[in-house]
Amino acid sequence: MTDRQWIWIATACYFAGVVVGTIALARNRKQPAGTIYGLVTLGFALQTLGLYVRGIEVGGCPLGNTFELFQFTGWSATALYLVVGLTFRLSLLGYFTSLLSLVLTTVSLAVPAWDATRRVGIFGESVWIEFHAAIALFSYGVFALLALTSIMFLLRNYSLKHKQLSGAFSFLPAIRDLDHICVRLLTVGVGLLSTSLLVGAAHWVRAFETVNLAKLLITISIWIAYALALFLRRKGLLHGTRLSWVCITLFIAALISVYPVNSSRHGDGATASTVSPKP
Amino acid sequence: MSAPQPTLFVVGATHHTAPLEWREKLAVGPDKMPEIQRRLSSLPGLQEFAVLNTCNRIELYGVADDYAAIEALRTTFCESQGIDLPAFRSLELCKSGSDAIYHLTSVAAGLESQLVGENEIFGQVKSAYAAAQTNRSVGPVLHKIFQKTFQAAKHVRTHTAIATGQVSIANVAVDLAATIFGDLGDARVLLAGAGEIGEQAAKAFRSRGTTDLTVTSRTMEHAMALAGSLDGRALPFDKIAQHIADFDVLVCATAAPGSILTQSVLMNAMRTRPAAPLFLIDLALPRDIDPAAAEIDNVYLYNLDDLAKISEENRAARVAEMAKARDIILAKASLLWNSLPRQSNPRN
Repeated sequence: MTDRQWIWIATACYFAGVVVGTIALARNRKQPAGTIYGLVTLGFALQTLGLYVRGIEVGGCPLGNTFELFQFTGWSATALYLVVGLTFRLSLLGYFTSLLSLVLTTVSLAVPAWDATRRVGIFGESVWIEFHAAIALFSYGVFALLALTSIMFLLRNYSLKHKQLSGAFSFLPAIRDLDHICVRLLTVGVGLLSTSLLVGAAHWVRAFETVNLAKLLITISIWIAYALALFLRRKGLLHGTRLSWVCITLFIAALISVYPVNSSRHGDGATASTVSPKP
Repeated sequence: MSAPQPTLFVVGATHHTAPLEWREKLAVGPDKMPEIQRRLSSLPGLQEFAVLNTCNRIELYGVADDYAAIEALRTTFCESQGIDLPAFRSLELCKSGSDAIYHLTSVAAGLESQLVGENEIFGQVKSAYAAAQTNRSVGPVLHKIFQKTFQAAKHVRTHTAIATGQVSIANVAVDLAATIFGDLGDARVLLAGAGEIGEQAAKAFRSRGTTDLTVTSRTMEHAMALAGSLDGRALPFDKIAQHIADFDVLVCATAAPGSILTQSVLMNAMRTRPAAPLFLIDLALPRDIDPAAAEIDNVYLYNLDDLAKISEENRAARVAEMAKARDIILAKASLLWNSLPRQSNPRN
C-alpha cells in the first residue's frame, strides 16, 4: 500500500470519529469518549504509518511539500490530543480533534498539486535542520490544538454568559480548566517554536545564503506573535475571550503561511531532488 | 390438587396515593419499627417481608402463602399505626407479581419520587433491604428481587438522563460553579447574608468539596454564628468591596434594600484578577448585585430567576426521560419475574 492509501484510511477513521461525535451531539448525549479516542488513535497510527512510508521514500522527515506540511501539522495535533485528552478527560476535544484532522488530511489529499512534487533529501546531511523543521511543525500542531481549545473556551464563555447550558454546551469542560490548558499549550508551543528557531539560527549563522528571507520573516513573525500573546497572558493583559480569538487567528495565519513558506523554499537546498508520486 | 403458590406483593401508601396528613399517620417512627417487624414476623403465611419507610412512602414488600396472609399483614399494620383498615384501603397502593417488581425498581430508580430522579431513595431502598436482612425477614425471593432491583435501578440511572441536572436552586448554583471552576476544592466562596437560602447554597458548596468558605452579614453576630456552623470564617459586611477579589464565588442572599455591589466595584475587583473568573450568584430579592456586572469580562452573574429556569429545564429533561426509563424497567422486571425458580415462583 502507498503512503497516501494509508492516509486515506486514517482519514476514514477521523471521519468515523466525527460521525460518532456528531450523532452524540445531535442526540444530546455525552460524547462516547472511549470510541472517539479509539478511532483517533487508530487514525493516528495509520497516519503515522503513511508518513513513515513517505519518510522512507523521501529519505527524512516528510516536510518537503504543502501536503506533507499539512499532514505533519495534523499528525502533531493528534499526537498531542492523545496525551492531553487522556490527562484532562476532554471528551469533546476528541470530537474537535477528529474534525481538525479530517479537514487537514482531506484538504491536503484533495489538492493533487500540493503533492505533485516530492522533494528528496531536503535536509541534506544535517540532522539539526531536520530537527529544526520537525520541531517547528510540531509546534504548529500544538497551536492547532490550542486553537481548538480556544474555540471550546469561546463556546463555554458564550454558554455561561447567555445562560445556555443544556444540549451540546453541557459537555464542554469548565472554563477555568480550558483557560489552564490554553496557557499550557501556548507555553509549550512557544517553547517548541523557540527551540526550532534557535536550532535554525545556528544553521543560518553558518550558511546565511541557504535561508529564504520570506520564510524567515514569516516564521519569525508567527513566533513573535505567539510569544507576545504568551507574554501578555502572563502579565494579565490578554486573557479570556480576547486571548482565544488571538490564538485562533494566529493559527489560521500560521496555516495560511504554510503554502507561501513552502513555495518560497523550492529554491532552497541545493542537494534536494524530486521524485514522482506513485500512481 | 396442587398446593397454593405463594404471592409476591407490595402494599402501602405513597405521595401518589395518600395526602400528607395521612402519610404522617402512616409513617413508622424508628421506635415503632422493631415492634412492627416483630409482629409481622409472627404472622402465619407470611414467608418474607421488607419495609420501605420514607417521608413519602410506607411500602411493605412480601411473599405470602395466600391472600389471607396479606390481609393479616394489612390488619396488623393498621392496628400498629392506629388506623382504620377501610381508610387504609382507600389510600392503599397494592401490587403483586411482576407489577410489584416493576414498582420496586421504579421506586429505587427515582421514578416514583416527588423529585423525579433524586438519589436519596436508592439509599433508602438499600437500607430497607439491609434492615430486613438484619431482621432475617428476607428469603430467597426477596433477596433476589432486591439485588436485581439495585442493578436495574443503577442501569436506568446510567443509561437515561433521569438523574442528570440538578433541580434544587442551591445545587444548580453549585453545578454552575463546577462548569466555571471544574474542581471546587480550591474555590474560595464568600456567602453574603446569613439567611436560609444562602446557608443551603453554602452547604451545597461544602458537600462538593469546597473548603475555603467565608460568611458576611449585615449583623456580624449572624455571620459569625453561621461561619461557625459551616466551619468557615466571618468577614465584616463593610469589607466586601475591598475583599471581593480574594474570592472566586460570591453568593449574595442579603435582605438589603438595594444593590450592595455595583458594576464599578466589581470592575475594580477584576482589575486585580483579570484572568481568573468570578462567579456571582444573586439569590436576593431585591437583587444585591447590579445586573450590569454581567457585562464584565470573566464575570458570570446568575440571579434567582436564572437558577430557577435552569432548575425547571433540568426537571423537564428528567420527566422527558421517564418513558424511556419505564420501558427499561418493564423489560427488566419481566425478565426477573420469569427468572424466578418455578417451584418457588410466586404467583401473580
